[in-house]
Amino acid sequence: MEPKKPKSSIEDQIEENLKKVYQQKVTEQVPDTLLELISKLRAQDSQQ
Amino acid sequence: MKSQVDMHKDPREEIVEHLGSLRGFALSLTRDGSAADDLVQDTVIKAWKAIDQFQVGTNLRAWLFTILRNTYYSGRRKSRREVSDTDGLFAATLSVKPDHDGKLALTDFFKVFSQLPDEQREALILVGASGFAYEEAAETCGVAVGTIKSRVNRGRKRLIELLQMSDGESIDITDQATLGVINSQLAVHRYQD
Repeated sequence: MEPKKPKSSIEDQIEENLKKVYQQKVTEQVPDTLLELISKLRAQDSQQ
Repeated sequence: MKSQVDMHKDPREEIVEHLGSLRGFALSLTRDGSAADDLVQDTVIKAWKAIDQFQVGTNLRAWLFTILRNTYYSGRRKSRREVSDTDGLFAATLSVKPDHDGKLALTDFFKVFSQLPDEQREALILVGASGFAYEEAAETCGVAVGTIKSRVNRGRKRLIELLQMSDGESIDITDQATLGVINSQLAVHRYQD
């Protein structure tokens, strides 16, 4: 017999997961390619 | 007196601060990590070149999000076929079960979330995750506030339907998600035939 576990409402779980989907990207390290792109754009501007 | 907004500061220097948010929003549209990064890259290039159109002192993040979604939708019209690759990635994670504590696993949630129409996914992420006010989200998507509200509501309803779970009955989630993904794959195959 499984003991009853505390449960959250489906709405709470949806809200929580929506935030997770977004936040995991926000907090993840930005790939170097993107940072290099910005450096490149900046360099192009300074040449003009 | 010093103005709160430095009018001489180049707003392009602030783009880098929004890369994380852009990636989060991009993922909700593309549903695939590498496609999301391509989209962010295109967005940054466009924003950089169009920076004169940005009004200093207004919301840079909302402006960038607008460019991102415009880029996404115009790219989608050009190449609808790429969707099939995206669905293949979800299939690879099909065997994932809910956490042992009975909570909905993020991968399972994402599979179900991915089945929602674009307009509902973006509304849910903007309002439910990125912290945009309804007004901000409406402006970003170029629609009325009421439209965003109804998209959010319909999206939530649809998620509940798709998950078809009542509290504590998360065993069903995986089956529902599996069915959903199988169905969406069938739909993709039909489309390609």
